[in-house]
Amino acid sequence: MTALSASHSGASILSRRNGFAGALSDSFWRHPKLLLLLMLTPPLLWLGIIYVGSLIALLMQSFFAIDDFSGVISYEPTLATYAQLLNGANLDIILRTVLMAALVTIASALLAFPIAYYAARYAKGRWKAFFYLGVMLPLWSSYLVKVYAWKLILAKEGIVTWLFAKLNLTFVLDAILSLPVIGGNSLSVSYLGTFLVFVYIWLPYMILPTQAALERVPGNLIEASADLGATPAQTFRTMLLPLALPGIVAGSIFTFSLTLGDYIIPQIIGSSRLFIGQAVYAQQGTAGNVPLAAAFSVVPIVIMGLYLTAAKRLGAFDAL
Amino acid sequence: MRSDRGQRSPILLKLFAAGGLLFLHLPILLIFVYAFTTEEKSFQWPPPGLTTRWFAVAWNRPDVWSAMALSVQVACIATAIALVLGTLCAAAVSQTKFFGREVISLLVILPIALPGIITGIALRSAFSLFDIPFSVWTIVLGHATFCVVVVYNNAVARFRRTSGSLIEASMDLGADGFQTFRHVILPNIGTALLAGGMLAFALSFDEVIVTTFTGGQQATLPIWMLEELIRPRQRPVTNVVAMVVVLVTFLPILAAYYLTRDGDQIAGSGK
Repeated sequence: MTALSASHSGASILSRRNGFAGALSDSFWRHPKLLLLLMLTPPLLWLGIIYVGSLIALLMQSFFAIDDFSGVISYEPTLATYAQLLNGANLDIILRTVLMAALVTIASALLAFPIAYYAARYAKGRWKAFFYLGVMLPLWSSYLVKVYAWKLILAKEGIVTWLFAKLNLTFVLDAILSLPVIGGNSLSVSYLGTFLVFVYIWLPYMILPTQAALERVPGNLIEASADLGATPAQTFRTMLLPLALPGIVAGSIFTFSLTLGDYIIPQIIGSSRLFIGQAVYAQQGTAGNVPLAAAFSVVPIVIMGLYLTAAKRLGAFDAL
Repeated sequence: MRSDRGQRSPILLKLFAAGGLLFLHLPILLIFVYAFTTEEKSFQWPPPGLTTRWFAVAWNRPDVWSAMALSVQVACIATAIALVLGTLCAAAVSQTKFFGREVISLLVILPIALPGIITGIALRSAFSLFDIPFSVWTIVLGHATFCVVVVYNNAVARFRRTSGSLIEASMDLGADGFQTFRHVILPNIGTALLAGGMLAFALSFDEVIVTTFTGGQQATLPIWMLEELIRPRQRPVTNVVAMVVVLVTFLPILAAYYLTRDGDQIAGSGK
């Protein structure tokens, strides 16, 4: 026995392979690090150099400022651009976007929970597949087509107005539209419209992780809770919600982040007041103030950084 | 007898769930109706009449065709790049443990975790820094960057379910690394790669935010649609194109679903 293992430790039992491919294969086996390095180099070059490189180059620009008189960027490190970011109008844009993102996230969570709960606990077999595809298809179908569909729906001559008229409820719609901040001429030019479209577009991103978290709750646990005398409301509050929370938080990462950076929805459906994405777009394009655009794009990065740190503490990444 | 079978759901929950699904699907179905409307100037509902003549009009529009061709071309190249990079990353992360694995996962997810506008503007300023002219390739570069993640996610999930002992068995039976890859690893991860590739294609075919920054004069189909949305020229044609886009993107999604559906029965997963 000892002699056998001793003879093994000296040389391999198999002879070396012939040819270039064989030798290459052997050397990969002997040096797993080499293979790993070869596998990682192309993606790291692409993502690490091209992508992260351009990100850093962009963020650096936020520490430069544009000269007020000549309109030329002066390449001296300064915090003037950040001071500009925090003045009244720009701060308004940031607050407006964050508030919208928060409201959209809450509304999506409320809408997503019953769908996710039903799909996770009651849908079986064919119905389960039906629910899964029912969420996946809207999630993956064209973003612009979905926005376009809502432009059709919310237009003044569109289906919503028609529906309210058919139900003799036009006065309700008019009352909603005459509300001070969220109203407007028609739904398609109001904050309410923007909000509706945001919720619609990002809702599937909330349903899927919530459902994944709820799938892991055994049905017997809910019954056990009922057997022990808990009312449905108590079961929900003390058991179901805490167990589903990581999934909801994971979903909220998507809804929050996507709303923060979107510039197309508020441009097509909504009032003329800007969101962060639109401000970035306008600053780098027509205004030509790249430093301010860069500073604006730092805002979502910082907010998402804080958000992700908090989410990690709540265990959201295990639910993805 | 387990107690968690054959449960009836509360009627209110059922209504909420059905309502949620309807909310998700009705707007898309509405597009199909509008593609047949006779109304040209507004989004009037209900449509005053139905016609199929807009399909012919859209068919004869060269700008629609060139946008469609560019979109398909970009999506194909970006998917191919994403397949290679995503598979390499997934193999490295799931087969070995090394320092900085977490960083790699973060790096792959970053392009879709950050708002698209940031990716777009970062790439654009990098292009202008190095005087790279806008072309099909600048669009491809942007698309491939965020397509890697869907391939990576699919491949990592499959690698996790594929038993490592299969690879060891293949090596023990005398296959070299390349033979093992061709005969053992590839058949196991093949459908996952196909599914990931289809999702990457759908993602690229539909992407608009990054493309507005990385595309110059060339218009992909989403860019064409965005222009029609902001400055409508012929609304019925937009309706028809929107309907076609919905149908075109549904196919790869359904295919990807059926390819990964039976994922639990992968060879060696029971061990």
